Amino acid sequence: MLEIKNLHARIAEDGTEIIRGLNLTVRDGEVAAIMGPNGSGKSTLSYILSGREDYEVTEGDILYNGESILELDPAERAAKGIFLAFQYPVEIPGVATMQFLKVAMNEQRKARGEDELSTPDFMRRVKEAAAGLQISPEMLRRPLNVGFSGGEKKRAEILQMALLEPKLCVLDETDSGLDIDALKIVADGVNALRSPDRSVVVITHYQRLLDYIVPDTVHVLYKGQVIKSGDKTLAHELEANGYADIIGAAA
Amino acid sequence: MNMQAGIKLTAAEAALVDTYNEQLGDLPGDGATLIARDTLLSDLKKSGLPTRRVEAWHYTDLKALLRAVPAFVHGASAERVDPIVPGSAVLSIVNGKAHARVMQEGITVRSYGEALLDGSAAAGLVARDGDDVIGRINGSFVRDGLSIDFADGFAAEAPIEIQSVQNCGQVNTRFPVTFGTGAKATVIERHLAVGGEAALVTSITEVRLADDTDVTWIIFQSEGEADTHLGQFKAELGANAKLRLYVINGGGKLVRQEIHVGVVGEGADLRLRGINLLGGESHTDVTFTVGHDVPHTTSTEVIRNVVLDRARGVFQGQIRVAQDAQKTDAKMSCNTLLLSDEAEFSAKPELEIFADDVQCGHGATVIDIDHTQLFYLMARGIPENRARAMLVNGFVAEIVEELEDETLVEALEGVISDWLEKHA
Repeated sequence: MLEIKNLHARIAEDGTEIIRGLNLTVRDGEVAAIMGPNGSGKSTLSYILSGREDYEVTEGDILYNGESILELDPAERAAKGIFLAFQYPVEIPGVATMQFLKVAMNEQRKARGEDELSTPDFMRRVKEAAAGLQISPEMLRRPLNVGFSGGEKKRAEILQMALLEPKLCVLDETDSGLDIDALKIVADGVNALRSPDRSVVVITHYQRLLDYIVPDTVHVLYKGQVIKSGDKTLAHELEANGYADIIGAAA
Repeated sequence: MNMQAGIKLTAAEAALVDTYNEQLGDLPGDGATLIARDTLLSDLKKSGLPTRRVEAWHYTDLKALLRAVPAFVHGASAERVDPIVPGSAVLSIVNGKAHARVMQEGITVRSYGEALLDGSAAAGLVARDGDDVIGRINGSFVRDGLSIDFADGFAAEAPIEIQSVQNCGQVNTRFPVTFGTGAKATVIERHLAVGGEAALVTSITEVRLADDTDVTWIIFQSEGEADTHLGQFKAELGANAKLRLYVINGGGKLVRQEIHVGVVGEGADLRLRGINLLGGESHTDVTFTVGHDVPHTTSTEVIRNVVLDRARGVFQGQIRVAQDAQKTDAKMSCNTLLLSDEAEFSAKPELEIFADDVQCGHGATVIDIDHTQLFYLMARGIPENRARAMLVNGFVAEIVEELEDETLVEALEGVISDWLEKHA
């Protein structure tokens, strides 16, 4: 599914190098957790995967199903099935949530050579997906993310993920700002999407989320590199002992 | 800036004088009307068209910008179009000729042309002040229009669309409108060109809102690429009157829309929302003044501009608060999305406050597309061009959504997205 090879990347504006020779492979159907202390490059990695132009890749490659995606813009990557659930979903006044969902779904379908959804079909899909995530019709009538609480924003991200049916989901700190009930709703939403042909990269600071979205692999990111990989027990180890031991061992 | 006798008139000034003399024989009116017209034209001749040295016209040098005046075309007849909001009651004015008709109960419509003929309109043919060029030109040439009176307690579901459509020549119209106590209505004042040649359009609307009225008034201007549109909207708000005034400009080569509101009744509220969609080589000026003359009144003004190509836009907004008008709450903002390096927008806010217990503020911003928002939309698979269009659209649609009537919101959003699709 995803193969990141010796990736080096920096902030386009000031040249600060954030990712420094990162290697990571995520297989089809795998749920991979990326953990790491603040400033290790976790969010940057999510932005680079989705093609944000504020970052420049200076070396290495990102292969998605065997093909490099570095030349693709964010919309092209999304149409190929890469989805980023934002840590801070963006408020867009004046753009209605429903209109946004419809345009996004149909643009992706268009890019893949599929027919546009009929309005009743679209409405039915939204209604079904929204119900499972406890998203009210009233929320869907508002402008995109405007006036949503932190938890509502995260649920809206998972709703988009469910509707767009991506192949590679990148969840950037989806647990931040969520209470335990909201966390469970979001995790259930993600777990419902797990399938043998869909991979999930869960970026998180805390082990807590991984109790609900149980990963197949755990990778520790530090100073822009994966310094240790393991199975889910690695997350518990980090929870118990902190990052210091692993960082010390790697250094 | 008086023009001395003997100073040469510009081509446009000379054309105004000539066309007046040519039309004199068939401009409607009795003796009093004729005297009023003559006075306005001779004042116009004396001072000439305003230059940038006249403060009210500083950003719109009409003398330089108005190059020619098309001749009046007898018998011109443009095709009417469907109203913006389906189901509206339409009053049409075709190339300046009004078609008064019987409307639903509670609305009285009369021909303004007849009021000119019988002299009852003559007293209204005066300029607001020495800089009122629109008043002078319109008053000299006005041929027709509609007087519309909404009865006390009037309430209608569907909007009334005043549709002034033209395809060439000169169009000079007036619309005196009154809303009786407690009346509630939505009126769309629409000025548009359907093909044809360059036109000069002047139009003055004078609206009186009695106490406890609730009026939504939408001016939508989509004249042709070569047209000059000089509009003036004057309103007086009685006690607890509510006026939501939307001014949408989406056409014309040279446009000046003036709005002058007197808030004269306690508890009155004015909400002005302006949307300027500017493209090509057009010049569009929205000049607004509001006078808060009594205590406890409110006004908010929000202007959103999208400027493309080599278009230029102007917003002048003046809030006056009289000494007695304590507890006035007035806020004005003007936000511009400049989408081309050659586009231009000038904003001039002005506060004149003589009371000491008021809240008044203003702000102006010029912005570009928000890159975080653009990235978010693209990350969902929306291609860059479409994502940009959605953001531009959202920037102006946001203020349309303040309206409660969903049909109206949808219709206005349609107007905006059509324009953006065609131009951006």
